[in-house]
Parts: sequence; structure tokens; C-alpha cells
Amino acid sequence: MIGWDWETAFLWVCDMELIINGEQQNIPVGTITELVEYKRLEAQSLVVELNRAIIKQEQWASVQLKPGDRLELLSFVGGG
Amino acid sequence: MENDILTLGGITFTNRLFTGTGKFAANSQIPGMLAASGSQMITVALRRIDNDARAENILKYIPDNVTLLPNTSGARTAEQAVRVARIAREAGCGPFIKIEVITDMKYLMPDNWETLKATEILAREGFVVLPYVLPDLVLARQLEQAGAAAVMPLGAPIGTNRGLETASLIQLLIENCTVPVVVDAGIGRPSQAAAAMEMGADAVLVNTAIATARDPQAMGRAFDLAVKAGRAAYLADMAEESTLARASSPLTGFLDD
Repeated sequence: MIGWDWETAFLWVCDMELIINGEQQNIPVGTITELVEYKRLEAQSLVVELNRAIIKQEQWASVQLKPGDRLELLSFVGGG
Repeated sequence: MENDILTLGGITFTNRLFTGTGKFAANSQIPGMLAASGSQMITVALRRIDNDARAENILKYIPDNVTLLPNTSGARTAEQAVRVARIAREAGCGPFIKIEVITDMKYLMPDNWETLKATEILAREGFVVLPYVLPDLVLARQLEQAGAAAVMPLGAPIGTNRGLETASLIQLLIENCTVPVVVDAGIGRPSQAAAAMEMGADAVLVNTAIATARDPQAMGRAFDLAVKAGRAAYLADMAEESTLARASSPLTGFLDD
């Protein structure tokens, strides 16, 4: 394959319906890594929960998202 | 004083001032505050990311030798607090958790009942549970039974800087609890932190009073000194109060006698 494959092409034409931080969003991504890149998030400080299960950063590239998945994108902030 | 250590969750603390990361004008003030105060435990919170305002990673301002105490702020039920605690531990924050369950948004009063339920669940899961509560002796005993590593009664509502308004109730906890008592919330001045330590509190947690001082680093040092002074006084067994004066100098043998 040179530069693209059918899976990538499919994802580009089909937005996926995800529920991110309680909000329904249509996003053309397949994995959590792609989602993080698409949203231009700072990966280092990001905590990802997928359908109530924490997904560690090492697994982001291998976890395929499915339509209707519920994601929480979290980070640590100042607090007392 | 050198051997005066506080142990929580198998970790020993030589400093009894716990601090927080909220409300700093700039997060870059946190490392200097930690160095100046000597604080060895600091709280953080977990929130949904804000897509518009890129939040900084607060953890990068906290040195490795400082124990993280994630809180469950934002939780309104035991279930939510448990969820936040599990996320924080999975995310690498360690086993410590400050349980903070608040439904009253006017005074930010902790919900003691939900807090007890969350404590039971999280202690069973191996967390080092530090519940933030109203000072109630009966509840404190139940928290101990449930496996809490400490109890953290409030001195005054969060962020009010009013000091030890609940002093007499905290005193009951100090006199009866087998786990450490950490006075959390409301402490606005170093003298109030010293008073809590003189009473026999095992530690104090101070955030607002340090973070919103004009110079948080200098205020961190001031609180450290106050906590050390109060602790030293407690260990030295303070002299009794009396209604009538008792002369400090001999009352006999004046020159003209």
C-alpha cells in the first residue's frame, strides 16, 4: 500500500458518532490515538475512560472505537 | 521532634502541613511553595478537559518526592467518588484518595453519609482513604471501622479562611480517634494552623490561604513554621490556664522587706 488503505479511506468518509464528555460528536477517527490527534490534545496529561474503563496510554493505538462509545477525556487540575 | 513522624498508608511524613494545588495565580508557583513549605503531600482534582482553554498538566509541577492526594471533588454521590478514585489510581496517582462528596453548593458542606459509603468501598479496594467530613465523633468511629486511614474534619467551610470554628468538635475526634486527625478546610492563617496542632491534630491541610496569598511561597514557609511550632507545643504538654494571676517572679524578699 502506498500512503493509504481501505480502512483509512473508509474512516475518512464515515464520521463516527461518539459521546465525548457527555456530548454527542461525529468524528472521523478509528482509534483513541487518532482521536487524541484529531482533537489536538496534549497526550501527556490526558486520562481516557472508554465505556467506564480506563484505557492506558500504551493501549490507545490498539483500541478501536465503535459508534455509540462513551468516552471521558479527563485531566488533573488544581484542587484542594 | 526529629523522630516525630506521621505514617499514612505505609508512607512516613516528617512534615505535617498538607497543601493543595487549587487557586494559584500561576501553577508555576507550586514548586516554590512546596520547597518553602516542606509539604510532602498535595491535593489535585480530576476534571473533564476543556476543549477551548487548554489546561496545563498540574502534575508536572509536583516533584516525585511529594505524595499526591487526588480528591473526588465534583462527586455528589458515593458512587461518583468511587469512580473518580479508581480513575485517579489507574492514571498513576497512587493509592491515596481524599474523599470529598458535596451536594450543598452554598456552604460546600461534605455529605457525611455518602462519604462513609465511599470510604467502605475504597478501603476494601486497598485505597488509602482520607475522608473530608464534618467533625462528628460517631461518624469518625464509623469511618475508622470502614478502614479510613485518617479523618479530615473541616475547621470552617472551604475557602472561608475563618479558622477553627468547629474546634470543640474536632477536639472530640482528636481525643477519641485511633487514626490520625487532619484538619482540612477553613484554616486561613498560620496562627490557626498552629492552634490546630496545639490541640493535637496530626496534620493540617491548607490550600486557599497559601495559594491566594500575595506571596504563596513565603506563606507556605509561614504555615510550615506555624505547624512545627504548634506540634512542638503539643508534644511539650502545655501549661495549664488559670483565672487568677500567678506570679512568675518570687513575691518575697523585696529590697525594703
